[in-house]
Amino acid sequence: MKQASELLRDLEALEREARAAIADATTTDALEGIRIRLLGRKEGRLTAVLRRLGEIAVEERPALGAAANRVKSALTELLGARAAELGAGAARVPGVDLTLPGRDQWAGARHPVTLVIDEICRVFQSLGFTRVRGPEAETDWYNFISLNTPLDHPAADLHDTFYVSDGILLRSHTSPVQIRTMQAFQPPIRVVVPGLVYRRDPFDASHAPAFEQIEGLAVDQGVSFVDLKATLAEFARRLFGRRATVRFRPSFFPFTEPSAEVDVSCILCGGSGCSTCKGTGWLEIMGAGMVHPAVFENVGYDAERYTGFAFGMGPARVAMVRYGIADIRMLYEADVRFLEQFA
Amino acid sequence: MNVSYRWLRALAPELEDAPARVAERLAMVGAPVDALVALGDQLAGVVIARVERVQRHPNADRLTLCEVDAGQATRLQVVCGAPNVRAGAYYPFAPVGATLPGGLEIRAAKIRGVVSHGMLCSERELGLGRDHTGILELHGRFTPGEPFAEALELNDVRLLLDVTPNRPDLLSHYGVARELAPGGEAGLRLAGFPSLEDGSAGAPLAALDEQIRFVVAAREESTGGVRVVLDDARGCPRYLGAVIRDVSVGPPPEWLAARLRAVGLRPINNVVDATNYVLFELGQPLHAFDLDRLRGPAVVIRRARADERMRTLDGEERVLHEELLVIADAERACAVAGVMGGAESEVTSATRNVFLECALFEPKTIRRSARALGLSTDASYRFERGVDPEGMERATRRALALIVAVAGGRVESVAVDLHPQPRAAPVVGLRPARVSQVLGADFDEGGVTRYLEPLGFRAVGRVGDAVHFRVPGHRWYDVTREIDLIEEVARRHGYDQFADELRAFRPSVVPDDPMAQLEDRLRTLLVARGFLEARSASFASEGEGDVALLNALSQAEAWLRASIAKGLLHRLEHNFTRGARHVRLFEIGTVFQPSPAGQPPREATHLAAVFTGARLPPHWSEATAAFDVWDLKALLLELARVLGLGSAAVVPGSGDRARGAVAVVDELAFQLRDDRGQVGWGGRVAAEAVDAPAWADPIWALEVRLSPEMAVREPPVLRALPAFPAVERDLALVVRDDQAAAAIEAAIRAAAGRQLEYVAPFDLYRGPGISEGQRSIAYRLRFRAPDRTLTDREVDDVVARVVDRLREEFGVQLRA
Ligand SMILES: [Zn+2]
Repeated sequence: MKQASELLRDLEALEREARAAIADATTTDALEGIRIRLLGRKEGRLTAVLRRLGEIAVEERPALGAAANRVKSALTELLGARAAELGAGAARVPGVDLTLPGRDQWAGARHPVTLVIDEICRVFQSLGFTRVRGPEAETDWYNFISLNTPLDHPAADLHDTFYVSDGILLRSHTSPVQIRTMQAFQPPIRVVVPGLVYRRDPFDASHAPAFEQIEGLAVDQGVSFVDLKATLAEFARRLFGRRATVRFRPSFFPFTEPSAEVDVSCILCGGSGCSTCKGTGWLEIMGAGMVHPAVFENVGYDAERYTGFAFGMGPARVAMVRYGIADIRMLYEADVRFLEQFA
Repeated sequence: MNVSYRWLRALAPELEDAPARVAERLAMVGAPVDALVALGDQLAGVVIARVERVQRHPNADRLTLCEVDAGQATRLQVVCGAPNVRAGAYYPFAPVGATLPGGLEIRAAKIRGVVSHGMLCSERELGLGRDHTGILELHGRFTPGEPFAEALELNDVRLLLDVTPNRPDLLSHYGVARELAPGGEAGLRLAGFPSLEDGSAGAPLAALDEQIRFVVAAREESTGGVRVVLDDARGCPRYLGAVIRDVSVGPPPEWLAARLRAVGLRPINNVVDATNYVLFELGQPLHAFDLDRLRGPAVVIRRARADERMRTLDGEERVLHEELLVIADAERACAVAGVMGGAESEVTSATRNVFLECALFEPKTIRRSARALGLSTDASYRFERGVDPEGMERATRRALALIVAVAGGRVESVAVDLHPQPRAAPVVGLRPARVSQVLGADFDEGGVTRYLEPLGFRAVGRVGDAVHFRVPGHRWYDVTREIDLIEEVARRHGYDQFADELRAFRPSVVPDDPMAQLEDRLRTLLVARGFLEARSASFASEGEGDVALLNALSQAEAWLRASIAKGLLHRLEHNFTRGARHVRLFEIGTVFQPSPAGQPPREATHLAAVFTGARLPPHWSEATAAFDVWDLKALLLELARVLGLGSAAVVPGSGDRARGAVAVVDELAFQLRDDRGQVGWGGRVAAEAVDAPAWADPIWALEVRLSPEMAVREPPVLRALPAFPAVERDLALVVRDDQAAAAIEAAIRAAAGRQLEYVAPFDLYRGPGISEGQRSIAYRLRFRAPDRTLTDREVDDVVARVVDRLREEFGVQLRA
């Protein structure tokens, strides 16, 4: 009898100690140590207690055995639960402060202008356009003459151009790719042309000597000014939201006629006027027009048979408006504190 | 182009739109208004006063004491510091209580012991100009006390018009009014000028008109004793000249000065101002010469002689050359044609007789002259774009009438009009059906005619289905073919009137650019690996590019880049100076290589990356290691995989280095190769190649040339999943340091044969038990057969073969 009650007391003490130890364990390794000390096949203390059952009276064995098994299964369950806690970090336990930061990865990001280019291209791709690109260094024939812009016409002044050598320049717009595309393919053509263009403007808050542009060109029989308006209106709705509207104003580009400046209702104020749209409610985003017959003649297309429209826009400007970037230089400085914000 | 709202209203009396509405309409015409500037509303308190008496200030030599009639019951005592104040003249006067445009509030103040009750104002104090040499003397008849701004018609609105180069007709008030007036040109009116003597409306222009007769000649004619010779008809297709004698050059009347100030011009003298007035009214530049300074007297339109010299109106001494068109007298150049007059023949207060020029210069000639001299004037700007050849006589008559009205004198009755090859007005056909086709809406003959006639186009007949329109002179430069008329129809119809309903279209025959797709995949890969995308201008400084710009903005941007990594290292330095330690940047862009003369430089698309700092964001649980060479190698292998180069593409060693490439540590560098050779490199950036702070971690960089072949992606062909279990063996080998792990691995593969499914090192050890100059590499080998379970014996045999081979080939021992 004495032996049985002694064993029971040991069992209770063991359970008490074990529960405290399990609660204090902060790592699964520590928990595994506890498990081995309690339940290990060779040295485990509970195992030892169970072994001593043979030393006590036969009639007391079942009760004591049941008690020992209850402790064993309770502790096993506790160990399992604690292991799950430590693994999943599901509960507040002394020694583990789950308010500490987790283990992170570096966050990468596409450039904000890339984000805008990707989105614009996606919208036009969904309208049946494909992407093409062309060289950044061009001849003056591709950059000006083929686009109905004589070199000695004031229209050529609109672009102050970088020259590499006589007649070789850095393209001042993506429009030369219109020519290259029409030289390589016969209609129907529907392309968008993302790319870098160059103007001799020193860096300041709103100018950069190199910046991105996206050109568009659609040529087929029966393409009209109405198609141009419809395409750009649909583009504006898909890029800026269903309520976005566009406004076409007469303008001048030597390689389109009729030509238009295309304004989009201000995405910040919705048209009521704010500082971004200078109170007008409109953002000047694009230039567009019907392809000038002289351009078709320069690439050997039949200008009576085919008509087409072209447009161009500045994704950097869209990015600045969309993300609230006040100074264009931020786009090209690669300051990680800036770029990280687009992750 | 600056437009005065009052002036516009004077030309188009039926135009009733307020200035803001005019601005809106102009935007839809194609000439957006950049700004509306209210003029004169800050002058509300200023009145006109007559100075009655002028005395010396008792306590100051430079000051005067004036008795001023400002329309009040009593005369006011005013202290004045201007040297030009005189009794009997009218001046703008700011009485006590008035506020000047600069914000100065006028109070009764003691000046050197005498109280001054107001201030007589200079041009600058009123915000009308820069002149501060004296107070502004007003010329004309006024009532003391009348509000200054109203009397001078200064309360006006200036519209800053943005005119595109194809619309020189909008560079005049008349042209702008033509677009806006109800009924177009038919609704415009050129009013007579108030006469100088009594301010009354002047005699009808017709009276003067009848006195003057233009004698048309080809090359040479005389007017008032001046021989006019048109020597260069290519640069000057038409030249009108007239002589006015006995003018009184002096200040312009206030109405004329106000008109010029409203468009931002500074009044000079009545004769010069009259020519500027006509330039802004009709768009025709005119030039007045002091006739008595012209030798001969003759006027010769010719090219300059080599090294001919003259001083232009701006005081610059100019050396001319044979390309430049000049207006000369019998001996030397007196004006750079269409750009700027000469100082010597300038009209001054001493001028008595004037030769007035109204020329049509060829746009390209003037453009070259203006560029050569680095000048752009109101005249050259208009000539470059084209002035109205049909409006020249009207402009001349208008200027003569104005000069006589404001400066007196009499016009010689015979004027010259040299016009060797009069050109018939162009006629352009317009097919209404074509209009409908291009614009996507229906137009008929009546519709297009109604839109075009108010602008001066006149239907003159029909040929087939085309209506023929005569083009007015002010549109000769931009309306030359049918599409130009279609644009006019669209503009007059209103761009906002066209539908914008999306219609069916045929799909593009042009394939989507595979390089764009490749770049997209590379961006996805690098962004997933924690890299930030940079975009930088393609410029580089000397030594960092092989293609120079002819007209660079600065030395630092004088070349086109040959490497993107180099630029990214500069961006890294930029980040270092801002304290950033963990930087991972990449960029995809164009680099340039020289080509044979006459061809554009060769371009290639490169991907570059630069990274430094900790491999993972610092975390409290453990110290984070900095990026090392294995991170670089893994990234290169990943790129090689995406670019379809295969795992053998990453080879140790820095390889061929292009000029201007980033310097790397040779022992920590790789080449990236495809079948044909090296396509890239990666390595640890050498210390001298980057300006890094002491706390910076090692810097790694890579650059790859992308090509369209890399964009081709074969879809993966699935291998069946294994049906039988694998057997693994570990081999710990002792390998000499000069024996490459890759060679050992290749030997293992060769010896093990097809059943070896996988082999990779999993541990590398140096230290006790391994002698100097050696290391232990532990490999895990996994074997599998596709059709059965391999037995231990089979695998042991293969491993024994591997060990034998390694021993024979490399002398490699198994680690004890
Ligand atoms: Zn807004």
